[in-house]
Amino acid sequence: MAGESFLYQFNALTGGLFLLCTFGMVATRQVQGCMRFFILQSLFLAASAFLLGIHPVLWGLLAVAAINVVNKPILVPWLLRRTIPEEIHTRREISQVLNIPAALLLALAIAVGAYFLTLPWVNLAGTSAAGVNIPIGLAALLLGAFTLTVRREAVPQLLGLLAMENGAFFTSIAIAPELHLLVELIVAFDVLIAVFVIGVLTRAIHKQIGTTQVGALAALREESSR
Amino acid sequence: MTSHILFNLLQVAVVMAFAPLLAGVTNRLKEVIQSKHGPNILQPYWDIWKLFHKDEVISDQSSWIFRFTPYLVFITPLFVTLLIPVLTSYPLFFAFMGDMLGAGFVLALGGFFFTLAAVDTANPYGPMGASRTRLVGFLAEPVFMIVFFTVSFIAGSTIPYIVQQQWVQPLSRFFEPAHVLIILAFFILILAEGGRIPVDNPSGHFELAMIDESKGLEYSGPAAALMKWGGEMKLFVLICVFLNVLFTPWGLASTTAVSDVLLAIPLVLFKILIFVVVLVIVESSLAKLRLFRISEFLGVAFITSVAAMIMWLFAM
Repeated sequence: MAGESFLYQFNALTGGLFLLCTFGMVATRQVQGCMRFFILQSLFLAASAFLLGIHPVLWGLLAVAAINVVNKPILVPWLLRRTIPEEIHTRREISQVLNIPAALLLALAIAVGAYFLTLPWVNLAGTSAAGVNIPIGLAALLLGAFTLTVRREAVPQLLGLLAMENGAFFTSIAIAPELHLLVELIVAFDVLIAVFVIGVLTRAIHKQIGTTQVGALAALREESSR
Repeated sequence: MTSHILFNLLQVAVVMAFAPLLAGVTNRLKEVIQSKHGPNILQPYWDIWKLFHKDEVISDQSSWIFRFTPYLVFITPLFVTLLIPVLTSYPLFFAFMGDMLGAGFVLALGGFFFTLAAVDTANPYGPMGASRTRLVGFLAEPVFMIVFFTVSFIAGSTIPYIVQQQWVQPLSRFFEPAHVLIILAFFILILAEGGRIPVDNPSGHFELAMIDESKGLEYSGPAAALMKWGGEMKLFVLICVFLNVLFTPWGLASTTAVSDVLLAIPLVLFKILIFVVVLVIVESSLAKLRLFRISEFLGVAFITSVAAMIMWLFAM
C-alpha cells in the first residue's frame, strides 16, 4: 500500500505542475515560450496517465501515456514547424487584449472557480486520484478557453485549443480509465488534423495580410486586384 | 538550557562569519561562468575590513535616520537568526520569541529604514532606488503572506522549527504538490528580495538601472561596511529559511552534543553552496527584466503560491 500512496502523491505533484504549465501558457509573451509550456503540459499529462495506469496495470491508460508522448510533444510542433515556420521561431511579443498581470489574476479566479465547481463530482467519484485530476482538468479546459479569448494571434489560440483538449483528457484518465483505445486514437488524429488545418489557414492568412494577428481582422476589405 | 543559549549565539556567529563568504563565492562563480577569472572568494571580507578603516563622511543636511540606519540594517538579520533553524532541528532558547511572521516584520523594519535613509540625503539616485524597492516590495508582499499562511496552515504552527519537521515525516510529504509549488514561489521571492538578476542586477554600476545598490550610495566608511555586511547577512538568512525550513531540512543537528552542532556547520554550508550554484546558473541564463515586467514575474510567483494553497485546501 505504501507504494500505491507514493504513486498518488506523485500523481498529485504531476497535477500541480500541469496546472502551473497551463498558467505559464497564459503568462508568456512569446510564441516559442507558449509552445514550450504546451509541450511540458502534455508531458505531465502523459506522466499522470502513466502513474495512474501502472499499478494495477491498465493498458488503456498506458496507451494514453504513449500516445501523448509521441503526439503532442513531437508531432504537433513538427507539423507547425512545417506549415508556419516563420511564426513559430519568431521572438516577437504576442499581442493580447488584457495585460499579463490582469490576465493572470483572472486565470487564478478561473482555477479557484474550477475547484469549487467540481467539488460535488469529486465527492461522487470518490477516488483520491479524482480529487486531483477532475478540478485540474477542468481548470486547464477553462484556462485554454480563456487563452483563446484573450490572445489575438493564431498560433497561441491554437495552443489554447490544444490545452483545452489536454484538460479534458486529464479529467478523463481519472474518471474513465477503461476508455476504449479507439476513442483515444481518434482524438489523437483529430488533434493532428486540427493542427494541420489551422496551420494551413494561418499560412493563408499570413500570405494575405502579412501577419497572423487574427485579432486585427475586424473589418471586411475588398481584395486588391493583382 | 545554557547549551541552548550558547548554540543560539553560535548561530549568530555562523551567520556573521559566513555571509561575506556567500557573497564572495556567488560573485566568483558568476564570473567563472562568464569565462572570466573573477575576484578572490575572500574579497568581501577585505572590502568590509577596508571600509572599517576609512573615514566616514555624513552630509550635514541629513537627519538621525541616516546615522541610525546602518546599525538597524546590520542588527535585523541577526535578530531573525535567533528565531530560525540555522544549525539545529530542535528549538533553541529564543525560538519562541517570535514566529515566521515576526521574522518577516523584523526584516521589513530594516528594509523600511534603509528606504527612508535613501531618501534622507536628497541624493538624486537614492529616492529613485527607494521607490523601486517599494515597487518590488509591495508586489512580493502578497506572495510572502500566501506562502507563510499556507505553510503555517499545513504545519499547524507558525514557528519555523515545527514547520520544518512537517515536510519529511513521512518522506512522501516531501512530494506534496503544495510543498513543491511553495518551494518554487519562495525561490522567485529570494530572487526578488535579494536583488538578484531577473529583478535587479547586483553588480550593475549604472545608477539609472539600479534598484538595491543606489540606496546605499551616500554611505562611506564603517557605515558602508555595516550596510554591506547587513545586506549579505539578509541574503544568507533568507537562504537559510529556504533550505532549512522549506526545502531540505536535512543535515541539521538533532542532539545537544557540541560535536553534532559543529558538524552541522559544514553540512549547512554545503547545502548553501549547492543552492548558490543553482542561483548562479539561473542568474546567468536569464536577462534582467524591464522595470514594469517585474509585476509579471512576481505575478507568476503569486499564482504559484495560490495554486499551492488551493491544492492543499481542496485535497483535504
